[in-house]
Amino acid sequence: MRRQRMLVPVLALVLVMVPVISARAQGEEVPRGPTFAARALQALIDGIQFGVIIAITSVGLSLIFGTIHLINFAHGEFVTIGATFAFFLNVSAAGPGWHLIPAALAAVAFGALLGGAVERGIWRPLRARGTGLINMFIVTIGLSLLLRHVVLVLYGTRPASYAQYDIQSAIDVGPAGITPRDLTVTLLSVLVLLGTAALLQKTRIGTAVRAVSANRDLAEASGIDVQRVVLFVWMLGGGLAALGGVFFGLVEIVTWDMGFKLLLLMFAGIILGGLGSAYGAMVGSLVIGVVAQMSTLWFPVDLQYAWALLVLILVLLFRPQGILGRAERVG
Amino acid sequence: MDFSAIVSDALRSGIGPIAAVYALAAMGLNLHFGYTGLLNFGQVGFMLVGGYGLAITVSTYDGPMWLGVLGGIACAVVLALLLGLPTLRLRADYLAITTIAAGETLRLFYRSSWAEPVTGGVFGLQRFANDFYGLNPIEPGTYGVWLVRFSSRDLWVMITGWALVLVVGGLLALLIHSPWGRVIRSIREDEVAARSLGKNVYAYKMQSLTLGGVIGAAAGMMQAIQVQSVNPDNYDPGVTFFLYTLLVLGGAGRILGPVVGSILFWFVLSFLDSALRQAIDAEYISPDLISTSEVGAVRFALVGVALILLVAFRPQGILGSRKEMLLSGR
Repeated sequence: MRRQRMLVPVLALVLVMVPVISARAQGEEVPRGPTFAARALQALIDGIQFGVIIAITSVGLSLIFGTIHLINFAHGEFVTIGATFAFFLNVSAAGPGWHLIPAALAAVAFGALLGGAVERGIWRPLRARGTGLINMFIVTIGLSLLLRHVVLVLYGTRPASYAQYDIQSAIDVGPAGITPRDLTVTLLSVLVLLGTAALLQKTRIGTAVRAVSANRDLAEASGIDVQRVVLFVWMLGGGLAALGGVFFGLVEIVTWDMGFKLLLLMFAGIILGGLGSAYGAMVGSLVIGVVAQMSTLWFPVDLQYAWALLVLILVLLFRPQGILGRAERVG
Repeated sequence: MDFSAIVSDALRSGIGPIAAVYALAAMGLNLHFGYTGLLNFGQVGFMLVGGYGLAITVSTYDGPMWLGVLGGIACAVVLALLLGLPTLRLRADYLAITTIAAGETLRLFYRSSWAEPVTGGVFGLQRFANDFYGLNPIEPGTYGVWLVRFSSRDLWVMITGWALVLVVGGLLALLIHSPWGRVIRSIREDEVAARSLGKNVYAYKMQSLTLGGVIGAAAGMMQAIQVQSVNPDNYDPGVTFFLYTLLVLGGAGRILGPVVGSILFWFVLSFLDSALRQAIDAEYISPDLISTSEVGAVRFALVGVALILLVAFRPQGILGSRKEMLLSGR
């Protein structure tokens, strides 16, 4: 087993690095700007900001897995729909032209409704029919295809920005900088994550969610309405994903496939943290965000998302239950 | 509306080279998903390493084509080991997540500016299959019956592609009905039972993943040969989703399932595409509702709906048996 584990990094090198390294010999050096320490600090700040946004989107994905063991491949689309719905209310010529803040709140409500609607309209009937989990995975793929292309028709392929907070000058943080917009998004994201944690720890429904994730049968036997908990988790997940989408659209840009691109990072984050654990998703996503941004110190920017996979494979090799997961759920 | 043009388009796609390529890739996926119960959501990654393995050997390093084919197969084996070693001991979910992430990550690597001198980056590589077309025994010209016509070039790719489907299908049928095949099907049904009978489940899963991956790579090579180009953006994760759709449509866990599925899938997809475009041109559908440029997206959205409805109402597809396809995945 040990020897097999050592094989994996070697194989990764063969498949990916050999062409890349031989390519590098012919390529040119990345231009160096400020000092390394300044760039590292900047990458760390960007990484934390990116990480907390991924965390917001992935908490729902992890909770859904925790309660019904379904990997929702359509979760990225919830993110895109949140961002594009806010875009419609905020910027689009056909929309009402709201300010971004009410538009974002409406998008969160819409995301929650959408999450609730797919649970009531698709997953609950499928569970009632006794559809197997593997078949349900495939349904999430169908849903992902459907939603993504509906967004493509309605929104189009052109990347765009929101009407407010578009261009700002950065506040200096030592040798690095952060714009007031990005700082606000980061702080709000942290607040939302703390709020979600408080919701799970302190409220009755939060306790019920944790009980169902820990042991569904036992929770059901002790009188918890599992269907209601699952509906709540879908609505919470949909709402958080939509909020993450608005934030991501705000700091980066709104595109029709933004959520699908984030999905890889969300997966990496929730596996790193421990599949099914909400807190694991938060911690794991933060690490993934920082890894993705810090990688740009040494590697090209267009590879930054790819490092998430490397982290994912290493985690699966050495600690498949993740940082905060429980070993018994893996085997 | 020109109905015969619509039928002609649909028939051409249904029996054309692209249907053969997808049938082949789905056969590999069928070995994974239909027979072994492995959730590989990154079959497109195997197609990518197959296509690029060939293209890089021939285009970038001026190697002979046979070496490129071997290179593509070798890359697929490496990828299968890379995906399988960390995940096959774990629950099915982990392979699912890792494969979908790996497919997308490979695409990012191959399209990055870093790898551009070797892979061509976003531009991809072109014209590496001249040796293959040099072997074409069919006289130049167009051939056809009724509404369907193909150039000699397309015909040559089609014949090779469907011949490959036939050979691979035959080999898979023999394999599935051998003791090896019984073991992998028993793994799909009940992994613990297979293990308790002394079978090395991990090794069998790895063999299935590798073999199916190599078949996927062969499909990737056929696809690369057919268009004489590889481009990272042709290997979108969506391709795997289409493979699942046609596999579920035809019937997973049946040798002919992917073949029937692929023919029907491409027939219906082209039919819809052509019919929608003509309906818009003829203004049966208002251009305000759907414009011609949006037909592609609408088509894919319909594939999504079809996949949901199929799994909900006919999970065994056209050829499958319902009893075999009620997988639990735990």
